Amino acid sequence: MTTQANRVEVKVNGHSYVGFCEPRRTLADFIRKNCGLTGTHLGCEHGVCGACTVLVDGRSVRSCLMLAVQVDGASITTVEGMATDGKLSPLQEAFWDNHGLQCGFCTSGILITAQEFLDETPTPTEEQVRERLSGNLCRCTGYQSIVDSVLDAADRMK
Amino acid sequence: MKPPPFDYVRVSTVQETLDALSSVGSEAKVLAGGQSLMPLLNFRLARPQTLVDINPVKELASVSVENGHLQVGAMMRQRDLELHPQAAEAVPLLAEALGYVGHVTIRNRGTVGGSLAHADPAAELPLVAVTLGAEMVMRRGADSRTVPASEFFIGPLATALGEDEVLTHVRFPRQPAGVGSALRELARRSGDFAIVSAAAAIGLDGDRSVTSVRVGVGGVEAVPRRLEEVESTLKGGSLTDQVVEEAAEQAAANVEPIEDIHGTADYRRTITRVLTRRAIAAAAARSNGGQR
Repeated sequence: MTTQANRVEVKVNGHSYVGFCEPRRTLADFIRKNCGLTGTHLGCEHGVCGACTVLVDGRSVRSCLMLAVQVDGASITTVEGMATDGKLSPLQEAFWDNHGLQCGFCTSGILITAQEFLDETPTPTEEQVRERLSGNLCRCTGYQSIVDSVLDAADRMK
Repeated sequence: MKPPPFDYVRVSTVQETLDALSSVGSEAKVLAGGQSLMPLLNFRLARPQTLVDINPVKELASVSVENGHLQVGAMMRQRDLELHPQAAEAVPLLAEALGYVGHVTIRNRGTVGGSLAHADPAAELPLVAVTLGAEMVMRRGADSRTVPASEFFIGPLATALGEDEVLTHVRFPRQPAGVGSALRELARRSGDFAIVSAAAAIGLDGDRSVTSVRVGVGGVEAVPRRLEEVESTLKGGSLTDQVVEEAAEQAAANVEPIEDIHGTADYRRTITRVLTRRAIAAAAARSNGGQR
């Protein structure tokens, strides 16, 4: 079989990107290599850890489980798109103030997941936060500071 | 941890899907939500020659309630079905089961048809399909056929789907008025595959006499199974705590549990008893006749 070079045109954080890649290139690798946006991380490459989570057309997805060719024409949001004009979003500020990260590897996936969650559930209970973040693995924090950050963000976003 | 090379075809109708599959043959894999297939590709456990991407096939992303059935198109996203008010009202067991499937992000892409066609022994949707007696509708070329869920799941990751055949719809019977249902699962972590799962749908009359009963278990054996022998024991009798416990023991005695790194046969047998008891009790409590 030949290696096809497929053209993929996609909007990431409002900016248009055009790249050429084989069909087997994952969305995660396209974002990182073709778009040069390395805020999205690869932790497990089989959908378990959540470090690769981005929004595709407004919904969170595991970018390691999508192919770049599948998002031709779509609109993507990565962690790089959360701050506006250099100002952190309320969720990001809450993580800063509550020490919600240490090495930061899981953080981009957690921010995307938490943002979608808070948009749907603006006043969550702690249990709901824990349940919703249970698909994102963190090796550093023990999760408590992450949960505190999300609950604090909910307060700030009221 | 990167997929091997493959040819990629994107289709937007059922007909195009069937044409693509019949022209490529057995070396093609259908790509739906990708939440099971992509990990296999990333691990290189699957090496299909061609991927047929059916995500744009809108005609399969449907859900409707008619003639006592909830008909779900195979491309219905799990998250969309979970949040669909009509679907939750028609088949509450389905909405409850979907809450256990992975995580929201997985369910945003994962499809109902994909989970059923993938047939993981520990998956929740196959358990619901088998317990409620769903019908699986599939197409190959110009032919369409319907297979009951009990005959659809043949073995671990193996279904009755033939080469070039595509699952298009699933029909779940509507939950009858007054019936209560429940699903209980044990997993290492929230969102993980079930080590054991149990589902029940119970109808009770005012005297706690069992008017209708369905019980099924998943994760214990190679395929999910409806426990008709347990149902026979319960049907027509009075549902006391003692009777529920005995039914759970019968379930545990009747299963032939698999052994793997998640548990021994003995462990799965014990958990089958516990979860069957809890599922039956919870289902009964939700039925009209079970409100104490």
